[in-house]
Amino acid sequence: MSEESYIHRRNRPLQIYAVIFLILLYVPVLFLPLFSFNDSLYTTFPLTGFTLKWYEELWTRDAMWAALFNSIKVGLFVAAASTFLGIFAAKAITRYRLPGRGPIVGFIMLPLVIPLIIFGVALLVLLSRLGVPLSLYTVSAGHLIVCLPFAIATLIPRFEGFDQAIEEASADLGENGWWTFWRVTLPMVFPGVLASFILTFTVSFDEFIMAFFLTGTQPTLPVYIWGQLRFPQSFPSVLALASIIIAVSFVMVILSLYINRGAQFGGTKGSGHD
Amino acid sequence: MTEDAYISIRNVDKYFGKFQAVDDVTIDIGQGEFFSLLGSSGCGKTTLLRMLAGFENPTHGEIYIDGQPMSDVPPHHRPVNMVFQNYAIFPHLNVRDNIAYGLRKHKLPKAKRYEMVDEMLDLIKLPDYGDRRANELSGGQRQRIALARALILRPKVLLLDEPLGALDKQLREQMQLELRQLQRTVGITFVFVTHDQEEALTLSDRIAVMSEGRVLQLDTPSGLYERPHSRQVASFIGTMNFFEASVKGVQGEKVDISVRGLGDIAARTTGQSLAEGEKVQVAVRPEKFVLTADQPGTPSSSVPGIVETSAYLGERSHFFIRLEGLDQTVAVSAQNSAGTQAFGDGSKPVWLSWTEDSLVLLPPE
Repeated sequence: MSEESYIHRRNRPLQIYAVIFLILLYVPVLFLPLFSFNDSLYTTFPLTGFTLKWYEELWTRDAMWAALFNSIKVGLFVAAASTFLGIFAAKAITRYRLPGRGPIVGFIMLPLVIPLIIFGVALLVLLSRLGVPLSLYTVSAGHLIVCLPFAIATLIPRFEGFDQAIEEASADLGENGWWTFWRVTLPMVFPGVLASFILTFTVSFDEFIMAFFLTGTQPTLPVYIWGQLRFPQSFPSVLALASIIIAVSFVMVILSLYINRGAQFGGTKGSGHD
Repeated sequence: MTEDAYISIRNVDKYFGKFQAVDDVTIDIGQGEFFSLLGSSGCGKTTLLRMLAGFENPTHGEIYIDGQPMSDVPPHHRPVNMVFQNYAIFPHLNVRDNIAYGLRKHKLPKAKRYEMVDEMLDLIKLPDYGDRRANELSGGQRQRIALARALILRPKVLLLDEPLGALDKQLREQMQLELRQLQRTVGITFVFVTHDQEEALTLSDRIAVMSEGRVLQLDTPSGLYERPHSRQVASFIGTMNFFEASVKGVQGEKVDISVRGLGDIAARTTGQSLAEGEKVQVAVRPEKFVLTADQPGTPSSSVPGIVETSAYLGERSHFFIRLEGLDQTVAVSAQNSAGTQAFGDGSKPVWLSWTEDSLVLLPPE
């Protein structure tokens, strides 16, 4: 196909707009890694020199390491739980004639648009009324609310993306519902499961507002960073830490999109497995 | 239920909401029969097949397979297997594991399972394909894998939902032959859904022609073609000329009728009782007419006409003939020979003749 066909012809102004758009979106973020390599306590221009000492300093902070492991623990649990629940929700939404399917899906997706501070405060009030002590468990509960919509939104296109006759074929060949799910449905949606796991882990790992309200004595990493912002001398290290988190999150989200790419275009041809 | 019926569909209705997909269908299918459900899309044939498989349940009525009522039997416990329209090959499994899919419950050692798979691969003429992935297969190969996957379980009944619809013409004709051969080899009952009348005629022992959820006629291929019971069936299967007629006199099986375009002629009834003065339709297949340049020796069963258009098809030619007193032209199909070339130009009248048993009497519209 010619580059110059009607649909594919170049549009110079649009290209320039796209470049400016991306610059405005990402340049502020790129200041973080930039200053994290700067040999000065103060985040001002001009840059004074290249250093890795802020990264080295991170190694020595036990509280930071504790916070990191808290975040990983919460993240793994939330990713596993929300993906597990998401699989059944997505199957129910796509496979059964549910009365009020639309409202139910809307209700599940609500946490995506309701300000998290409202959920955070609400959960905090509820938990303190019930006398539940704040801990990593309460943070996990909060994160589950945040992550479930992401899990379901990732999984639904996978379930919708394959011919229902394939599940009928399994039943026809003698397998009941559970075995059909185990031998056919799950393997076919597996890229979506993996993508959901990575995505929800990332969301939980980066989440601050819920964690801020629901953390007890063990902070998660974002809460720890927030605490460090009060100390000017630790600010460059925070920048270093933030840079690492940005890099890792970026890689993981790209990875989850890559794994789940078959679902984007209705991947019915089994292309997700090659 | 008749004694030797293997599948017995009794007064089955199926509603989807207010829409009635299947309307009071009763069919008996014998063991080892190649049975086709024929109809255009939306006639209820696929719904009926899905009720046999257990994916849908009848709203009223009952389906018996081998004497057992099927209402409360879920798909995975029915003694039937299905070949789906798009084959529904498991894309995450290779060919061998696709075919062996249903054998899990048989608790066979792996070697025995794979031996059975290899036998099936030989049967469908795809040996050495076991390790291929599903998405490396062509349409015809997928169709055979779907067959093998169903047949390996030795079902009592094999259901086929337009299995040849996705194939191109040449491959389809080849698969038709193979399917028929396979059915004779394995000797199980086939219930075959198709909208292709030629396919149904080629393959089936018996055919149920369906329309709007009802069975219009259930007969052998030649029965449907030669003795259709209604204009709908007659025009659905092949081409048919229809003439308006009225009964002049009845003498047992023999009737004298006055046919518009053909004149006063003799015909025979096929079981139906007719009264004098009754309106009927006469249906004649295009190849049952005989065309001659001169008037044949049977003036009571011939009329003159003019060839209006003709189409040369190699082996045969189609002629469209204008008769006196008739609005539409009559289609005639004739084997090509040295003489038939001369009919084409329409300059001279031709003679159209027929025999008594080539006329089919149908109820009026």
